[in-house]
Amino acid sequence: MTNQAIDRSGEPLVRAVNVHKSFGDVEVLKGIDLEVYPGEVVVLLGPSGSGKTTFLRLVNQMETLTGGRIWVNGELIGIEERDGKLYRRKDSDISRQRSKIGMVFQRFNLFPHKTAIENITEGQLVVSKKSKKAAEERAWDLLNQVGLTDKARAYPSQLSGGQQQRIAIARALAMDPELMLFDEPTSALDPELVGEVLAVMKTLAAEGVTMIVVTHEMGFAREVADRVFFMDDGVVVESGTPAEVLGNPKQERTKAFLARVRH
Amino acid sequence: MTQIGAAQTDDERPGTIDAIPVRRPGRIVAAVFAAAIGALIVVQLIVNPAFDWAFTFEAMNQRAVIQGFIWGTLTATVGAMALGVTLGVGLAVMRMSDNPVLRWSAGIYIWFFRAIPRYVLLLILGAAGAFAVGGLGIGVPFDREILALFGIDGTLRIATIDLNRLSTTIWMAILGLGLSEAAYMAEIARSGILSVDKGQWEAARALGMSNGETMWRIILPQAMRVIIPPTGNETIAMFKDTSLLSALPLATEMFFQFRMIGTATYKLIPSYAGATLYYVITATILGIGQSWLEKRFGRGYEAADAKQRRKTKVAVDPNSDSLRFAGADH
Repeated sequence: MTNQAIDRSGEPLVRAVNVHKSFGDVEVLKGIDLEVYPGEVVVLLGPSGSGKTTFLRLVNQMETLTGGRIWVNGELIGIEERDGKLYRRKDSDISRQRSKIGMVFQRFNLFPHKTAIENITEGQLVVSKKSKKAAEERAWDLLNQVGLTDKARAYPSQLSGGQQQRIAIARALAMDPELMLFDEPTSALDPELVGEVLAVMKTLAAEGVTMIVVTHEMGFAREVADRVFFMDDGVVVESGTPAEVLGNPKQERTKAFLARVRH
Repeated sequence: MTQIGAAQTDDERPGTIDAIPVRRPGRIVAAVFAAAIGALIVVQLIVNPAFDWAFTFEAMNQRAVIQGFIWGTLTATVGAMALGVTLGVGLAVMRMSDNPVLRWSAGIYIWFFRAIPRYVLLLILGAAGAFAVGGLGIGVPFDREILALFGIDGTLRIATIDLNRLSTTIWMAILGLGLSEAAYMAEIARSGILSVDKGQWEAARALGMSNGETMWRIILPQAMRVIIPPTGNETIAMFKDTSLLSALPLATEMFFQFRMIGTATYKLIPSYAGATLYYVITATILGIGQSWLEKRFGRGYEAADAKQRRKTKVAVDPNSDSLRFAGADH
């Protein structure tokens, strides 16, 4: 299932050109160029503070882009061009764009006042305006897919971290997203719970779900990623297949980082 | 050190502690003093001729008093709290808005209504007729001025309210106490909303939910757990503050009626004793309801909190014993 042939001849699903992001005077991203093709799994690697998570949050407009452009499925994210002028998109437009992008957070962020199945149906009911019956049917399918049908009526506080994260993945998938973003999905987990979450993600990758994953799990990157981007200090230092970037890094910064995380 | 223990037989090992407690003479003196004052009060309640309990109970049974309690005191409490909570949540949302005009108007509202004493506010509202002698017109603001711009002499009004008649009704009572309460509820609601993790906003927005949907379906239900206990306190305080409504004056209100009885019969203390009994008994019942609510809302949260703490602890310290618990349900 690793590194299946990805068709890169067509339009990329995600195209980021010269992406800049500043928080006040601090420039966190200094010109990121990145393309993700349909069905591709892209892993962003790098030391903390390198801007990986910020980039991911820009794609889903959790932060506002300050420079450059990001297209998802051919549509500009956050801004639109009319008569040669750039306009910030309306809130409703931003919501529509977000609804097609699934996001999985480091700290799960499940809704604690709702059961597992209610977490999965919430977006379908409120955003997709599906009927309760249709939303629940889809939720049961997804619970089955993440192996948690027995926890449907449990509240997040009654679930382990790994179970919570699997529900969070199901919640994002319920919106039938074109793209899935994973922001360090296993970093908040106990070591023995990491595997079950990665297993779900591997299945998604095998099914052809397009994913951008920020992670420190080298094994996952090596095994599942089609391409790896190594970022440091707000720029992409090196990118390529896992074999190229992880197996035979060319840049000193990449080598230094890999030496630190491997030992 | 285990050797010492092992060498001893059970008889030689130290057993149950049966020691003499520390003497605390200061505490005993204070207790005697408190008991003496308590006894004094009870005796005074019985023998002091200023009290006339038969009269008190008779006053408490007056039809006007009971009606005042239901249609004045209780109705104003419920109405003012309903208005206060609704307006307060609105103000809290405004106060957190990105729009500076909304933020500032909410801030000025809260500042003003927290600064003005309720008694004074109610006196002003009672005299509100002076603000609009011909009645208060409801319609387009600055209508005369706007129409004048088009060369038209007229007004755009839907209805006219006679403030003189309204000012001594339950409606003005609810309005006055509710407007004041909203300022306090705004701060309570704001602290409740801020208590919800910002990850909840992000998760809801990532699903494509609008700000309104997120607030209504995700944030407020969680904020309620923080909002409800202080709102209970506010309700009890509001119940007592209805006694201020004689400032309007609102005649169909319990304390107003007790005062009428007191001044008409010259039996002020027995009348006020009746009002006190009403307040104390009702406040006690509300207090019981309040602690029940707090327990109910605290219970589920406590358990979740403890679990959350355990999880963070595990995340921080992978060697801790609870690690095995966290993974045990697999």
